[in-house]
Amino acid sequence: MTGTLRVYRWEVAKLLAQKRTYLGLGVATLVPIVFVVVLVLQTGGPNDVPLGRYIRETGLAVPFVVLFFMSIWGLPLITALVAGDIVASESHNGTLKTILTRSRERGEVFAGKALATATYTLAAVFVMGLTGLVAGSLAWGFHPLTSLSGTKVSASHGFGLLLLSLCVYALPLAGIAAFGVMLSTITRNSAASVVGALMWALLMQLLGVLPGTEAIRPYLLGTQFDAWHGFLRVPADWTPVIRALWVCALYIAAPLVAAYLVFLRRDVAGD
Amino acid sequence: MSDPRPVTTRGLTKRYGDLVAVDQVDLTVEQGDVFGYLGPNGAGKTTSLRMLLGLIRPTEGQARLFGRDPLEEGAKALQGVAGFVEGPRFYPYLSGRRNLRLLADFDEPPSRSRIEEVLELVELRDRARDRVGGYSHGMRQRLGIAAALLREPRLLLLDEPTTGLDPAGMRDMRDLVRRLAGEGITIVLSSHLLYEVEELCNRVAIVRSGRIIYEGALRDLLATAASGYRLRTLEPERARLLLLAQAGIDDVRADDGELRFSGDEQAVAALSVALGKAGIGLTALVPETQSLEELFLGMTGGESSDRDRARGSEVAV
Repeated sequence: MTGTLRVYRWEVAKLLAQKRTYLGLGVATLVPIVFVVVLVLQTGGPNDVPLGRYIRETGLAVPFVVLFFMSIWGLPLITALVAGDIVASESHNGTLKTILTRSRERGEVFAGKALATATYTLAAVFVMGLTGLVAGSLAWGFHPLTSLSGTKVSASHGFGLLLLSLCVYALPLAGIAAFGVMLSTITRNSAASVVGALMWALLMQLLGVLPGTEAIRPYLLGTQFDAWHGFLRVPADWTPVIRALWVCALYIAAPLVAAYLVFLRRDVAGD
Repeated sequence: MSDPRPVTTRGLTKRYGDLVAVDQVDLTVEQGDVFGYLGPNGAGKTTSLRMLLGLIRPTEGQARLFGRDPLEEGAKALQGVAGFVEGPRFYPYLSGRRNLRLLADFDEPPSRSRIEEVLELVELRDRARDRVGGYSHGMRQRLGIAAALLREPRLLLLDEPTTGLDPAGMRDMRDLVRRLAGEGITIVLSSHLLYEVEELCNRVAIVRSGRIIYEGALRDLLATAASGYRLRTLEPERARLLLLAQAGIDDVRADDGELRFSGDEQAVAALSVALGKAGIGLTALVPETQSLEELFLGMTGGESSDRDRARGSEVAV
């Protein structure tokens, strides 16, 4: 366990030393700011998305609306950018052989990388959500939020719901990250893995909007991006949240197990 | 099972499809050896070292380091072992010192306390704060040695450590290897440079197309190379007849105005007296020893493995 933690610490440090990470988190910061600036300058708004009508009532509504738009490809791309690179870049640089000839087991190295990817994913979601909250509150104030059931929720309670929602929102994103880590491990090619993970996310979205997919829709990864709606009903509806928990667990576990098994056995040679 | 021998491989084989990169390699490296793994480029030296370090899985056979198989025991088998294959690689966006810190944390026990010491040893302390991305090839090579020494290895595996270095860098690297060997570290060094191996190693394995064609002490190898004598005289024909009649002198050949023959030292001494008595003056009588290079080229069949294959197919036809 301490071995994994040591690897994890350095994986985070390596992410913090790479431009790619700041590119991803930078976009996650900029998008909600641009979004708020545009809405301040324009009239009209995203009235047909959840909470879109209340966006000028309180800054609390802003992150929810931004998350809705960013779930289609924005955050999947930001996630894939790092997840697809996390193993492949080390294959490419030849540093994998450097760290695998020390005293850490391959399993520990892989676990450290997977945890670091998860950390980055969570960070991207929170950076985007909290930036949206701050930017929105500066523009329209930190006021009570109108829930999806139409009732008012106090600002502090609304803030708690936002934090919970961000956590649940990060689950399907972690599913995309896991897929990216798998591609990164198997293909050893960073660009291919980033694109592949994004394609996976888009495919999940596409399946969800095609006619005739109603039966599988609740179990698609893309659907889980809306699970937080359950928190914004009064009383809270836990059904989508609980479903998101186990559905995403499967989408996270399957590619990670596959990648782990490949990583344990693979030949680390001039790739 | 504890085995004091730093390296033992038995039947070690790696195939990539039809290509046999390493073919039934049996190696034993004893404690304190500076072991040269010598062969032309593409002979399978790096692939063998990769299998020793557990980076790739042998198709057949096994490799053990101090009796432990990296395939079975993973990183634990690398206890007391350090080195690099195909040139050391580091994170270009981290400084030299930070790269070493990272690797120190990957060691068991963590080896951070030795960082300044090893940086000093490879003379990189002044540049330790700079990103490795800006390092020259020679500096990376030295950082590679520093990273290996962090682990306080009893066995050091170095893959072509002087490749790509300028002459001064090569000399420094060899001095360092000699110094480490002097401290009792067993060293396995792959190289395609004969004089390097000749200068540093006490034992060698010569590898060609994945196979070991000689393994043993360098001294013994060179001893087998003493192949005969050369004689020059103004009267080659008379001398040749005398040589043919002389006891203990064999393989007499006239070659380009010279005579070549073999015989032990006693017989050759007697020969010189006989030549003198017969009034045949000598201008030269020289023992011929093949250089390691000639031996090596003879054994590995020239330099090009493509040519080997072409020749092999001719034979097969």
